[in-house]
Amino acid sequence: MQADPDMSLPDLADRLGMTSSRLGRRIDKLQEMKVLRGQRAVINWRALGYAVEVSLRVTLDKTNPRAFDEFLAAAREIGEVIEIQTFLGRVDVRLSVIARDMSHYQDIYRRHILTLPHIADIEALMQVAAIKAEETLPI
Amino acid sequence: MMELDEVDRGLLKALAEDATQSAGALGRRFGLSQPATWRRIKRLKDAGVIAGRKLDLDAEKLGFGVTVFLGVKLATKGRVSLEDFERAVTAIPEVQTVEHVLGMYDYRLRVTARDIADFERVLRRRVMTLPGVGDVEANVLLSEERRPGPL
Repeated sequence: MQADPDMSLPDLADRLGMTSSRLGRRIDKLQEMKVLRGQRAVINWRALGYAVEVSLRVTLDKTNPRAFDEFLAAAREIGEVIEIQTFLGRVDVRLSVIARDMSHYQDIYRRHILTLPHIADIEALMQVAAIKAEETLPI
Repeated sequence: MMELDEVDRGLLKALAEDATQSAGALGRRFGLSQPATWRRIKRLKDAGVIAGRKLDLDAEKLGFGVTVFLGVKLATKGRVSLEDFERAVTAIPEVQTVEHVLGMYDYRLRVTARDIADFERVLRRRVMTLPGVGDVEANVLLSEERRPGPL
């Protein structure tokens, strides 16, 4: 299912050598156990005109105990932020930001990103290409 | 590039949350007939706006307790081809995503592992032995949230 989520239940059952109804029960069980939490449509932002994707690696001023919460709450307000991750390591938070072009990115960066609270340092990685993106778990 | 109206945006948002919803159920939500909803979804798929679907799995329940992001710098630019590195790195099952980036690193990898010891094994045996690999920086993922984006 990971490799091809669009495969129909009967086709998948065929491949696994079981009946559709048995497979259906198995999938229901995985859902009940919350192992399979759902299925999401993948949006291709490029097809909507968002040609630029930048990974912003942010270090926060940790002397303020509210730094994480306040930064994250403010970052959620920015529409062009499509992913927020927190880390243990040299980087505290990473934001994925999309923009239509470089001048749009520049505008988002100046008006919305740099005004986020408690930033100590910020570094940008610009995506050139997604080489592997399926995010499959090696089960 | 495809122009979206309010209903398209709503449909995209709804499908990004739960792609198993039927055209009938979505149509009722947005005040459209089942065939009209189906046509809109098909149009979004044909235009490549909906690129497919992804299972939302609980990695921890499946025994993958650790996710680490690696920033990788290639040591011998020019001598090792990017294609060789990319071919080798995408073949590692624990490497879930590979992005070619511009900035202080050349590649950004998402690596999943059972625990820190397992991650160390992947890092030493698989990642550090990749052709041309130089500096590697690791950050352990603590939390992540996907946002709806500019819809």
